[in-house]
Amino acid sequence: MAEGLVNLITKQRPTVISKWFDSAIHAYAADTAAFIQSQKDPFANPVGSQTRNSVEGLFDQLVGGMDAGAIHACLDPVMRIRAVQNLTPAQATAFIFALKKILRDMFDKQLKDAEGMRSFLEVESRIDRLGLAAFDVYMACREKIYELKANETRNRTFKAFERAGLIKKDPGKVPDA
Amino acid sequence: MAEAKPKPKDVLDQLNYQPPRADWMDTPVEIRKGMYCYASNPKSVATLGLPNARPWNPTDEDWKLPENWQQIIHEGFKERLERFRSFKVFMDICVRCGACADKCHYFIGTGDPKNMPVLRAELLRSVYRNDFSRMGKILGKLNGARPMSVNVLKEWWYYLFQCSECRRCSLFCPYGIDTAEITIMGRELLNLLGLNIDWIATPVSNCYMNGNHLGIQPHAFKDMLDFFVDDIEEKTGVRVKPKYMKKGADILFITPSGDVFADPGTYTAMGYMMLFHYLEEKYGLDITWSTYASEGGNFGFFTSHETMKRLNSKMYAEAKRLKVKWILGGECGHMWRVINQYMDTMNGPADFLDVPVNPITGTRFEQARSNKMVHITEFTADLIRNGKLDLTPSRNDYMKVTYHDSCNPARGMGLFEEPRYVIQNVCNHFYEMPPNTIREQTFCCGSGSGLNAGENMELRLAGGLPRGNAVKHVQDSYGVNMLATICAIDRAVLPTLVDYWAPGVQVTGVHEMVANALNLSGQNERSTNLRGEEIEDLKAQSEGNADE
Repeated sequence: MAEGLVNLITKQRPTVISKWFDSAIHAYAADTAAFIQSQKDPFANPVGSQTRNSVEGLFDQLVGGMDAGAIHACLDPVMRIRAVQNLTPAQATAFIFALKKILRDMFDKQLKDAEGMRSFLEVESRIDRLGLAAFDVYMACREKIYELKANETRNRTFKAFERAGLIKKDPGKVPDA
Repeated sequence: MAEAKPKPKDVLDQLNYQPPRADWMDTPVEIRKGMYCYASNPKSVATLGLPNARPWNPTDEDWKLPENWQQIIHEGFKERLERFRSFKVFMDICVRCGACADKCHYFIGTGDPKNMPVLRAELLRSVYRNDFSRMGKILGKLNGARPMSVNVLKEWWYYLFQCSECRRCSLFCPYGIDTAEITIMGRELLNLLGLNIDWIATPVSNCYMNGNHLGIQPHAFKDMLDFFVDDIEEKTGVRVKPKYMKKGADILFITPSGDVFADPGTYTAMGYMMLFHYLEEKYGLDITWSTYASEGGNFGFFTSHETMKRLNSKMYAEAKRLKVKWILGGECGHMWRVINQYMDTMNGPADFLDVPVNPITGTRFEQARSNKMVHITEFTADLIRNGKLDLTPSRNDYMKVTYHDSCNPARGMGLFEEPRYVIQNVCNHFYEMPPNTIREQTFCCGSGSGLNAGENMELRLAGGLPRGNAVKHVQDSYGVNMLATICAIDRAVLPTLVDYWAPGVQVTGVHEMVANALNLSGQNERSTNLRGEEIEDLKAQSEGNADE
């Protein structure tokens, strides 16, 4: 049903991606956003490079198969970065939903009749699915951070006990390092 | 993650692309959990005789400062401007061209503009202009000046402990400003008010009292090495015999205590012991460990020049007491910056020691003719180059190795080739990370300069993003599964970092790899590596991964 709109969006791929990328990096302060936008080297600017890759991949899923595994793979690098930055969960994931406004502004003519509206609702439902997947990836990254913290603390304590001769040597019961 | 829940309007602002725009001076500091380290333990501060020892908490409103704290900062600033010409020049000369702005791993990772080296330095410069420059006094904010206040002080503390003094930014400054030196001075000033972090203060106190950062007493230090002796025998069938405080030995060996007490550095320590055993058996090398000079690292460097000097002096005092000819140093990071940049004018010159000569090859280490201390990768590279080691590199065939240049040996002493030469002679699969992430442009691990605590994990992971990103690249491109490094902090923090950014990659010291490849007289079939893992299993696993 939404095929017409999806085709229109696909034809405008570079423009949509450019606007979407811009809105994604506006989660950052103005000076930072300017750097993220201008530096093209992926090793000098991993945030910009990974964000761009993610946005491109997500766009292709939005107008393509909406494959859960592929969406997760696209989201992982960008959410992994955002999970360690000074962003609330809402700020970290807001850029996904920002695509709705970008598309509404770009394709407002389609919104004028009931069928166009239905197409839009369908595309926006897909965007919602991307957003929900982003929450999942973000939380998985946060949980990983807690796990890393806990492991470091546990390993330090374990080593101290081991050095003090308080650990009974039983390889089957020794926690993983 | 910020504590405050976002209001719907905040999110809508984002949707409407309206990020707040404010001058950096008008953006108040928010001390965020996960980004800062706990405050120094007053006992440690008192042990060192440093000022204002008291319990305090960075998130409290009241930092329990001395009444005249502004005067202390002003006078401390003035004194350092007079003592250190470089500091004065660095305060005056910056034209804010921005060349350094995007070179800092903390800026790249956190996206916080105050982590741009130029802005971090402006935190101090703004007060410098206000207090010491005529234009600043007249024009005030127009000239980028602002008076010192509690909020400014908190901003100093928060951001000066978000700099690992790695000096990457200084590479790109057209005037050669070393922003790390500005951080060093800033931290000195903070220490005048008792504003250190505990991950620095307590190791320094431990080192001052017991000889190493972990506070391990001599018998426990020896116990640990004895444990390694058993472990090496179990893995190789050979019993090594390390010597302790041997008077008249040729060489004193000093390494960071992290190698003795923290995995995977412990395997690197076993590597040193096997190498020394091999050289003693074959060539009569006479080398000794010390339980007094049992720390190569120097967290005093992150506190003040005087504290650094006190901790550094014990290494040379022990060399003098034992009457060794010179000192061999292990795989450590900032220890080498202290030795190369500060030692000579701090506790040196070490005239009572000989210019180091490798007794096995006859090589004279001219680069160490003044500080008398040779890096172990220089020593081992010389042995390999002269054909003195019996090596089977294929024992490391399960490894696909990349090398992380530790900031201080790389930028602080120009040690680029020797570690690579050693690695390429003890393994068969070596892959470099992209050129703008290695050698003098290497990216910090994100945890240097005393920031390798646990409570600041978000800072460490964000700061380690550029390094992790480059490791991920060689993992994806070449199947790299091992990250080699020559710094004890790296070995302690990189396993966590790569577990987040490039899961599946492990971390090793270079001398762990050397020892895996080294053939000892009377050894068993050597079917396992030093970690006790079956080499054939690891090879099969590695080939399996490559086939996927």
